[in-house]
Amino acid sequence: MAQDAGLSELQAIVMSAIVYAGSAQFSAIAILAQGGGAGAAIAAAALMNSRFLPMGVALAPSLGGGPLRRALQGQGVVDASWALAARPDGSFDRMLLFGSSAAQYVAWVSGTTIGALWGGALGDPQDLGLDALFPAFFVALLLGEARSGRARGVAALGALIALVLVPLAPAGVPVLVASFAALVGLTRGARAAVLERQEAEGEPR
Amino acid sequence: MSTGATVIAGCALVTFAIKAAGPVALGGRELPIWFTSVVVLLAPALLAALVATQALADGDRLAIGADTAGVAAGGLAAWRTGSIVACVLLAPAVTAALRAL
Repeated sequence: MAQDAGLSELQAIVMSAIVYAGSAQFSAIAILAQGGGAGAAIAAAALMNSRFLPMGVALAPSLGGGPLRRALQGQGVVDASWALAARPDGSFDRMLLFGSSAAQYVAWVSGTTIGALWGGALGDPQDLGLDALFPAFFVALLLGEARSGRARGVAALGALIALVLVPLAPAGVPVLVASFAALVGLTRGARAAVLERQEAEGEPR
Repeated sequence: MSTGATVIAGCALVTFAIKAAGPVALGGRELPIWFTSVVVLLAPALLAALVATQALADGDRLAIGADTAGVAAGGLAAWRTGSIVACVLLAPAVTAALRAL
C-alpha cells in the first residue's frame, strides 16, 4: 500500500517509527495513493488522530512532571494501551500504559519492516482476519468498562454518533465527536456516583 | 523534500502535537468533580465508537462483513468466559474462516 503511494520501503519503516499511529498512517497513505497532495494527506492524519485529544485530556491528571515531561508521556497514548490503563475511578495506570505501548511499538515497527521487505510473500492480512483483532479487543475492554447503566448508555450513544457520522464526515471525526457522549457525566446523578466511588475507595482525587 | 518525506515529517509533527496537547494543558493538577465524572465516561464512549467504526463500517460507508461476525463471536466469548485472550484469538479466526468459505 505504501508503495502505491510512492513511498520507498525505507520511508514506510521510518514513518512507522516516528509517527506511530497506525490508522493515521493508513489514511495519509490512502490519500497519497489516490493522487492527493501532501497537505491533504497530513490533514487526514490529523483528523484521524484527533481522537487522541480527549484521550490525552482524560490521561492528563495522572501524569506528573513539567510540561515537557508530560508532553513526552502523552506520546505513549495509543488506543489499546489507553483503554487498558484506564481505571474505573478515572485515573490511569501509567506503567501499564507505557509498558503496553512499548510492546506495541516494537510489534508495529517490526511488522512494518516485515511487510515492507517481504510483504508480497505473506499474502493479504485480510485473509488472516487480522482486521477483526483490534475491534474485538476493544469489545472485551468495553465489557469491563460498561458496568453501570450510565456507562452502557454512554457507550450506546457513542456508537450511534459514530455510525451516523461515518458516511458524512472524514475518517477519524466520527470517533472524536462520539467522545461528546461522555458529557452525560455533567448530570447531577453522574457526579454523585463519582463522589460516592471516590469516598468508598478513600481516595480524595 | 519529496512528497513522501514531507508527509512523514508533517504526520510526525501533527501527531506529536495532538498527543501532547491534553497532558500539557491539564496535567499535574487536581480537577473538579464534574471533570472526573466526564472523564470516566470517555472510555466507554470512545471504545464503543472505535468498535462501531471498525466492525460496522468500511471506509466512509456502513458495511457488515466477515469481520463483523468475527468481532461478534469474540465479544460473545469475552462476555461468557471473561477472557480477553479467548476474545482476540477467536475474532480473527472466525473472520478468516468466513472469508475462506
